[in-house]
Amino acid sequence: MMHTAELLEFFKKHRGNAIVVPGRGGRHWVPMSDQPSLDLPMGDPAMGGHAGFAFGVALAQPKRKVVLFDSEGDILMSLGMLVTIAEQAPANFYHFMLDNACYATTGGQPVPNAENVDYAAIARGAGYARAHSYREIDEFKRDLPGILDKPGPVFVALRVYPEVQNEPIGKRRPWQTRTRQEAIEDLRRELGAKG
Amino acid sequence: MSDASPNVLSPEIVHREMKKNGVTDVVWLPDSETNWLYLLMKADPDLRLVGVSREGHACSIAAGLSAGGKRPIILIQNTGLMESGDSIRGWLLGLDIPVVLMVGYRGYTRHGVNKDTAATFTERFLNAFGLQYYLVESDADAPRITIAFEEADRTKRPVVILVADEFHGFNR
Repeated sequence: MMHTAELLEFFKKHRGNAIVVPGRGGRHWVPMSDQPSLDLPMGDPAMGGHAGFAFGVALAQPKRKVVLFDSEGDILMSLGMLVTIAEQAPANFYHFMLDNACYATTGGQPVPNAENVDYAAIARGAGYARAHSYREIDEFKRDLPGILDKPGPVFVALRVYPEVQNEPIGKRRPWQTRTRQEAIEDLRRELGAKG
Repeated sequence: MSDASPNVLSPEIVHREMKKNGVTDVVWLPDSETNWLYLLMKADPDLRLVGVSREGHACSIAAGLSAGGKRPIILIQNTGLMESGDSIRGWLLGLDIPVVLMVGYRGYTRHGVNKDTAATFTERFLNAFGLQYYLVESDADAPRITIAFEEADRTKRPVVILVADEFHGFNR
């Protein structure tokens, strides 16, 4: 199993000028990113929507790689999104999924059938041409450059240690340094995109 | 059929309003009223059709398209609008996304007596979310579509067009 912070730190070396939607890896990614104007740390606007959001950005910016760190809880809430993404097949879309097998932000309760779901197989069945699964950081590090060098869409399931939060939501330390709207405006400015 | 009928909402007029307002992407889930519009959109090389399998997905996709500089429209039925509640809250209202949702008003009747709870709850749902909406029943109402786009831009909020052609929908 992998630590989210460690795999993100390694990914950072291979990011290039990709747009990154860190999803539930946001609290690790935000302090380590050195290109925040290309980051879209949305937090959790509504569960299940990270894939759609990052996919939409990828459609809008086809010349720029878009890398998403989704979660298995979000994917389970929106399995049909995989079909939509596979149909449009944006070549610039890199869909990573952090699988901690639980709802970590609500206390660590297991997601349904947590230990028996093959997410890469689901992605492949939905129409993704490439899909991979990793449990060990060394294998992930070995393959990541090749994954990012080839065109997307690609789906990569990453089994990570859960980082369970039990504090009441109001007592959790916020990790976001910008509002969602500011992050979007910064990205548009960086890309010269209309808003 | 004429291109501008006073009694129905013709798909050509709806398509023209989309073009006039710079729509680049249609994020949609088909319903029984939109087939003729679908054929027009499909034949338009400048429109990208992004089909979803559940209406709430359209909200996060539209938000991403908008964040990336595109001009999406969401095309769904009122049943799917209600399914999309949390996504409208989080991905559209929460991110200040200026998007028009064109919503088929299933069950609508002008006299207000309907046999379809989809219609019963539609405007109550919109009011609960504080969403501005405009009723479009016929070609004569089509300018309201542009009004909705202008309002979405001005307020940076989603604005809804209820397509309430009682008998025809977007159909012929």
